[in-house]
Amino acid sequence: MTAELLLQTLASGVLIGLIYALVAIGLTMIFGVMDIVNFAHGEFLMLGMYSSFWLFALFALDPLVTLPLTVLMLFAFGVLLYKLVIRRIIDAPPLSQIFTTFGLMLLFRGLAQFFWKPDYRTIENSVVSGSVHLANFQLGRPQVVAGIGAIVVTTAVWFFLHRTKLGSALEATASDKEAARLMGIDSHKMFGLAWGIGAACAGAAGGLLSTFFPIFPEVGANFILIAFVVVNLGGFGSVAGAFLAGILVGVIEVMGGLLIGPQYKMAIVLALFLAVLMFRPQGLMGKAQ
Amino acid sequence: MKRSTALLGAAAVVALVLPFVVKDAYWVNLAVLALMAAQIGAAWNLVGGYAGQASLGHAAFFGLGAYTSTLLLTNFGWNPWLGMVAGGLVAAVLSAVFGWSCFRLKGHYFTMATIAVAEIVQIVFTNWDYAGTAVGLSIPMETQGLAAMVFSDKISYYWLALGLLALTLLATWAVERSFLGFYFRAIKDEPDAARSIGIDIARYKQVALCLSAFFTAIGGSLYAQKELYIDPGSVLSTALSIKMALVSILGGVGTLFGPVIGSVVLTVIEELSRSTFGGSGRGTDTVIYAGLIVVVAVFYPSGIVGWFKERAVRRQARRDGATAEEAHAAAQAASALAAPTHESTGAVS
Amino acid sequence: MSSLLELRAVSKRFGGLTANEDVSFDVEKGQIVGLIGPNGAGKTTLFNCVAGSSAPSAGTIHLNGQLISGHTPEKCARAGVGRTFQIARTFHGMTALENVLTGALLRERRVPRARERAHAWLTFVHLERFADKPARTMTISEQRRLAVARALATEPALLLMDEVMAGLNPSEVREMVDVVLNIQEKGIACLIVEHVLEGIMPIADKIVVLERGRKIAEGTPAAVQADPVVIHAYLGDD
Repeated sequence: MTAELLLQTLASGVLIGLIYALVAIGLTMIFGVMDIVNFAHGEFLMLGMYSSFWLFALFALDPLVTLPLTVLMLFAFGVLLYKLVIRRIIDAPPLSQIFTTFGLMLLFRGLAQFFWKPDYRTIENSVVSGSVHLANFQLGRPQVVAGIGAIVVTTAVWFFLHRTKLGSALEATASDKEAARLMGIDSHKMFGLAWGIGAACAGAAGGLLSTFFPIFPEVGANFILIAFVVVNLGGFGSVAGAFLAGILVGVIEVMGGLLIGPQYKMAIVLALFLAVLMFRPQGLMGKAQ
Repeated sequence: MKRSTALLGAAAVVALVLPFVVKDAYWVNLAVLALMAAQIGAAWNLVGGYAGQASLGHAAFFGLGAYTSTLLLTNFGWNPWLGMVAGGLVAAVLSAVFGWSCFRLKGHYFTMATIAVAEIVQIVFTNWDYAGTAVGLSIPMETQGLAAMVFSDKISYYWLALGLLALTLLATWAVERSFLGFYFRAIKDEPDAARSIGIDIARYKQVALCLSAFFTAIGGSLYAQKELYIDPGSVLSTALSIKMALVSILGGVGTLFGPVIGSVVLTVIEELSRSTFGGSGRGTDTVIYAGLIVVVAVFYPSGIVGWFKERAVRRQARRDGATAEEAHAAAQAASALAAPTHESTGAVS
Repeated sequence: MSSLLELRAVSKRFGGLTANEDVSFDVEKGQIVGLIGPNGAGKTTLFNCVAGSSAPSAGTIHLNGQLISGHTPEKCARAGVGRTFQIARTFHGMTALENVLTGALLRERRVPRARERAHAWLTFVHLERFADKPARTMTISEQRRLAVARALATEPALLLMDEVMAGLNPSEVREMVDVVLNIQEKGIACLIVEHVLEGIMPIADKIVVLERGRKIAEGTPAAVQADPVVIHAYLGDD
């Protein structure tokens, strides 16, 4: 195995890891603010991908150009979903919450299949097609752009959370719902906001992915499990943790595939997941349970 | 309650009489599928419904049962009846392994761990030569009859499935009446309070899981003997795990007959949507199925049985002279799964 | 002869925060001991150490000569510590009787016998009319008494009660006081955290006062009420 192959694998792991991080950040935010595990999160990504695809197929608009629109639409969708469905299960027993988001997951997949058929779609010849040459190896340009895009969005989210009043309110609700409420922060507004941002992040990831990953109704399934692993490793509720863990998981997955075999990639990631659950359930940066 | 005993009796009579009245293989097969779904739903119910540990990876136990009995048969000539029991024991033992590590975790964590474990098990079997990899295993059908647990007619499988369901329900009933039943319910409702009255919640969660795994695995062996072919996709899939849980949730978690009712309703809905829409390949049956899950989870968390109980309480309260609001509140309170009245809100860990 | 409950130099630290510092006192068999102090004094934390929900960072806790500090809550329950929580935490899927029954199962595994005992304890707290009603239909004050009955069914030597009288109206407070006195008559000791002083002062044999994690006074209710240190702690620096 050459040093080039190793470096290339490492780099591609980091790049896909950045996408994982972006998806996971949305998921961890929802969990941190309202303690609900959103099994339908992968479907936000899927919808983001389809949004990019249809805007490209119907109006010949490049995914990078339509990314802001995709993000906005997914944000609105997330808020709408909260208002229509999630709001009703805030105080429901965990089993009901799990099944609600699980049911939504299946529902969105089914609807996507119904409206857009199960065919695999791809976006060819977008602005970012082609590859980037670095030293002795090359990376796909869409992947590199996606990685950069993920960093940009993550930074934007971080700034929002830590430098704006609204973001601070969100963080306050996440750390102590009761105290935040006593300070006059409307919990429901914060929950809706969390869902909106969560969906937007996953949608952004989808938009970025659409330039190089196939688009199909079940695509969320590929990412939801990994997103859980990342959130778990980073620490439920920690955005910074999700970022670091995302990159780590991306690298582990790709390296594991290289060293042990691609068919075991998922098993390695899952084993990591279980190990974290067993030995350090609070992850890298979460609160101890 | 006399009405429910009457209903129970009627259902039992229907179940016993059905094979003599219905001869069409299609309907008998449908009935067998409903019975099998009810049986594994009842098995799931032990740990998911009564003890409140929402496993979404139970297919692992189903598959373990199916593979164990099949491999013991094809490689060592073990009688499938013994193989079935062996499969149950294997599943129960293996459930101890991951229960030991995962039960210390709060609700969501446990559920996710179960999904992860089931996926790992599926990956392992898909890549394991001895177990036939993705190609799967077949069961020979030359020898037939009761001893071989292979039959040419569907009716015999009907009796077998009915018997296993009855066995599983009997076990559930026994647990419900014993101290285990109360301990499971305590763990589900208030784990910290349960510990404060001396309940070792880790141990009893494990007991629930072992029992559940055992009966689920038996269902897996039955499936293998009926279909005569198993592969990771059919006996280890996450879709199967969902179905097992859904059957109970639809019918009523933590109730004895919830899984049976849920199974009948689900089988009917599935078959109807499949025959009406399924052929198009457009996933309409999935949409209906998923929509059902969401509606039940959001609006009817206590399932069909819970809904009937609430209605009965509401009617009784009205008869006792309560106002509409009071009756509604009483019905809500009677619903075992309604959100508890906490003096302060917020997740307490 | 040693006391029923012995706390020796119990300290509890969470990261940089010290919740309890060097707390020592005894509870004798059948005594009613009140644990009072301003908010944040560390009362519930101390409770959690006795009941097994937390392990002390330093010091020891003995019940009947047996070390219980650092043990799990279920082991402490088995050793004879019963407790209630600030939030009643009754089993909402069960009837009132079933709640108490589940407690009785600790000492009597056979359900019919446990049910009989549960009936007795339910009557003891004057809640027998709720026997077959879902626990959720009861008021907060009733649920608190139910939780007490449930804990009593485990046949504890010591019952820890965490703010059982909070938010109750005067007649409900009287009902609870009644129950506590009846518990004492059964020979069960009670360690009670309470803010409702008019409830605990009249019935306690001894009062222990905590402030900012430390014990600042211990004695009869009258002595403690007159203690200038205690008055200062409650009223602050005016």
